[in-house]
Amino acid sequence: METFIQQVLAGIATGGIYACMALAVVMIYQAIHHLNFAQGEMAMFSTFIAWQLLQWGIPYWLAFGLTIVISLIGGYVLERSVFKPIHNAPVLSHIVIFIALFAIFNSLAGFIWDFTIKPFPSPFGNAPLFGGGLIGGHQAGMIIITLVVLLILFAFFRYTRVGLAMRAAAANPESAKLVGIRVGVMTGLGWGMASAVGAVAGILIAPVVFLEPNMMLSILLYGFAGAVLGGLSSPGGAVLGGFTVGVVENLAGTYIPVVGAELKLPIALFLIVAVLVFKPTGLFGQRVVQRV
Amino acid sequence: MTVQQEEVSAVEARQEQQARSVSAATISSLVVLAALVLCPFFISGFQTFQLNLMLIYAIAIMGLNLLTGFNGQFSLGHGAFYAIGAYTAAILIDTFGVSYVWTLPAAGVICFVSGFLFGLPALRLEGVYLALATFALAVATPQMLKLSILEHWTGGVQGIVIRKPKAPFDLPLSQDQWLYFFTLFVGLLLYWAARNMVKSRSGRAIMAIRDNPLAARSMGVNVALYKSLTFGVSALFTGIAGALGAIVIQFVAPDSFTFVLSVALLVGLVVGGVGWLPGAIVGGAFIVFVPNIAEEISKGLSGAMYGLMLILLIYVMPTGAGGLIRTVTDRLTRR
Amino acid sequence: MKDRFKRVGGLSAVVGFSVIAFAAAAQDTGVTDTTIKIGLVQPFSGPASAYSQIAYTNEAYINMINDNGGVCGRQIELITYDDGYSPPKTVEQTRKLVESDQVFLIFNGLGTPTNSAIHDYMNIKEVPQLFVATGASKFGDPENFPWTMGWQPNYIAEGKIYARYILDNIDDAKIGILYQNDDYGKDYINGLRAGLGDKADDMIVMEQPYEVADPTVDSQIINLKASGANVFLNVATPKFAAQAIKKAAEIGWEATHIVNSVSNSVGSVLKPAGFENAVGIISANYGKDPQDPQWEGDPGLQKWSDFMDKYYPDGDKTSSFTVFGYGVTQTLEHVLKSSCDDLTRAGVMKAAASITDFETDTALPGIKINTSATDFYPIEQMQLMRFNGERWELFGDVIDGSNATN
Repeated sequence: METFIQQVLAGIATGGIYACMALAVVMIYQAIHHLNFAQGEMAMFSTFIAWQLLQWGIPYWLAFGLTIVISLIGGYVLERSVFKPIHNAPVLSHIVIFIALFAIFNSLAGFIWDFTIKPFPSPFGNAPLFGGGLIGGHQAGMIIITLVVLLILFAFFRYTRVGLAMRAAAANPESAKLVGIRVGVMTGLGWGMASAVGAVAGILIAPVVFLEPNMMLSILLYGFAGAVLGGLSSPGGAVLGGFTVGVVENLAGTYIPVVGAELKLPIALFLIVAVLVFKPTGLFGQRVVQRV
Repeated sequence: MTVQQEEVSAVEARQEQQARSVSAATISSLVVLAALVLCPFFISGFQTFQLNLMLIYAIAIMGLNLLTGFNGQFSLGHGAFYAIGAYTAAILIDTFGVSYVWTLPAAGVICFVSGFLFGLPALRLEGVYLALATFALAVATPQMLKLSILEHWTGGVQGIVIRKPKAPFDLPLSQDQWLYFFTLFVGLLLYWAARNMVKSRSGRAIMAIRDNPLAARSMGVNVALYKSLTFGVSALFTGIAGALGAIVIQFVAPDSFTFVLSVALLVGLVVGGVGWLPGAIVGGAFIVFVPNIAEEISKGLSGAMYGLMLILLIYVMPTGAGGLIRTVTDRLTRR
Repeated sequence: MKDRFKRVGGLSAVVGFSVIAFAAAAQDTGVTDTTIKIGLVQPFSGPASAYSQIAYTNEAYINMINDNGGVCGRQIELITYDDGYSPPKTVEQTRKLVESDQVFLIFNGLGTPTNSAIHDYMNIKEVPQLFVATGASKFGDPENFPWTMGWQPNYIAEGKIYARYILDNIDDAKIGILYQNDDYGKDYINGLRAGLGDKADDMIVMEQPYEVADPTVDSQIINLKASGANVFLNVATPKFAAQAIKKAAEIGWEATHIVNSVSNSVGSVLKPAGFENAVGIISANYGKDPQDPQWEGDPGLQKWSDFMDKYYPDGDKTSSFTVFGYGVTQTLEHVLKSSCDDLTRAGVMKAAASITDFETDTALPGIKINTSATDFYPIEQMQLMRFNGERWELFGDVIDGSNATN
């Protein structure tokens, strides 16, 4: 029983990482109705920018803010420069561009900052908080910030003019254009916000997994899984999905005999796919009515 | 000239155009084929080996194309079927001493069944959900391959080393040349099968599902069955490619089949042209040669170079080589 | 499978001798009067690209050799290719080196699956596959694979050293193992089991694998602690080893912590994990750690440092990879120099198999490289050490891993 509680707590702590990333995934999905495979690498790159700023002696929270602003602008510029010229190309061509961006960011980060792991500071410290140190100060802080970002996103999409326009632009570009929404700008802004959320995720994740160019490789998959499980249209669902993935994975690894420990990730993914088969839009996603 | 006559002559002109472009297509296919057959006699063994890899990836891409290009289902996990095919071949050769030739049908059958079974739950998933499910498959593959309970057959983390076959009947061919022609033969056979399948009644049903699933269903197409079958056939192609890959590389290990392979196949598909079967060759060439070119330019930044080349390529041909060729021939014939 | 290897190996050995007889007259492929062409395949891109520092160090060292007049009156021409740690790509790139670039030998290829993929090929082609950068034990098998040689202590031998230490020093040891689920992790476990002998099953209370794709190893560490283990064998690569050290301290797991030599770098493991969390950790090593203050003023490490400044200024001086790359290339230099009279592939293999008491600049005092026609494991000695919160303190004698159980 003790192990069970410990694994659940540890799962929640790790789930916080996935929840963070899942939020970024939902953000980009709201903007372009697709998953961006380069998102993890973009978040990693933002984190390196933050690390560089810290190395130059800029105080933590200032570096934090600066990185978010840089990522916001960077994401916007990236969309406007790389994707605008081919906005009519098929979806698969866009996906290939995501893959290209993935390769570029990964390779650039390795070239500039090399591949050795770097410790990343946490403003919350690492002192054990409760549960015998299972959830440390940093993990607790990370979960709180994730929830704050969640609230901001929720309010943004629900109550602000720009947020509503962004959703309209993604859901139905033609109609959005007719009501005077500048679809292109909205898409660019969506990218900017997604990379800003990604930057927050990266900065929060780096103290746990250490900073290096490949740090997001697998976390992005967990983020996808969490977001898809919770429902891509629901930021709250995505966060909950992230935590669920963390807990399920730990329990699978601990309690399934013979193959559990070796197949922790595949088992978690299998469960998610099973859920999707019965609830194809995720646990909290909205049903989209298909038109003929 | 009356209006009618004008129409008739317009139709005739169009038919003529079509005939011209068909014959142009036939001629260019023959030229490509001749080049593929003659190449190994003028290049080194190593280059033949590279071309062989290109053909193998092309076969795998062809399989993916049947699924994505013609049926509209998305897969980021075809590396898994490639791996199943490769391991089937390696285990049959290593443990059971089966001749390499017979491992291909075996790999095909096993992959067809696994593809069909995977296609069943995938029926209920679309778009990004299917992308996630297939991507999960790709990520899980290496972990399944090294499972300790299967180690007896798979060799676990060490993988399996196999022997490269020699040319039979005392043919005056080196091992590389023989395997190249073997792959070419299998590839042509599969290409012929794929073309016929696409042109057949079933092929039209498959494409109808892609274009409008609801309409297809209302026309009496069994959507679920056809989708799963397409998944199976697609996996069959890719699995045979995997088996060929194992024979040519002489080695399989979990690290050979990471998600990078699945991503590479997808990139190859898009670069070659979604929904255009011959594009597979272009895609195969991209997978084999472009990383080498990127490395030539800059070793430290090879990933970035690869990414840049990929972006440029998509700018030049947003719908892949297939789209480019279609545009060019349209322009030429319209003249 | 074993039998087949033997057959192949025997055959190639026989063929090998006929080639030696023939080649004595002519100069071997890849060697001219002024140059020696050497090939190297390592992951410069992809998930394992952290290791590319080894390749860059190899390259830099060879530049240094050339600046100093080369070896045997010849300049070394090094051709490097990227395999992204993917075995099929390794086969392609290696064949390119051997068949297209016509190199004399292949040096310091990295990784077990990648080297396994070309193991047969190199031995059939009879091209030296020299000093592979992996500790997998199968790369020291002169009977079946006379053209392949490792360099670093093999993982099994190191596992045995830890077993010896546990048996001698810890009463009632209950061992929990964290390992990377691949050949590298499993070799350590095999070594440990062999070293513990009959007691292995009683003493090892839990083995927890992790995948390279896992974001953290927190869950595994919690399970290991819950198993009641009082000895923690940490067989992880640097990133995960650092995570494990940090996590074990965070949850207050008081166990004798042993970290494998792959991850005992002060700069790239213990520092990120936090020195306060690493106090008391035990490991084994054969090379000097440049971050370790006790080597200040050490002539060997000073040579390495000067080399880094001049030939690889971008390189990371806190990384153990650059030390590794220096040591292994120095060994290559030694082997080439001693085969000047017979600069053939067979001659080089013969020289590589007859190194006596060679000490590299970066090896710990007393650690000597010895090989023979039946011993294809160049470095087999290691010394145990304990971290005191600032640096490693060596203790005990230099141990020979090959007979650690005796």
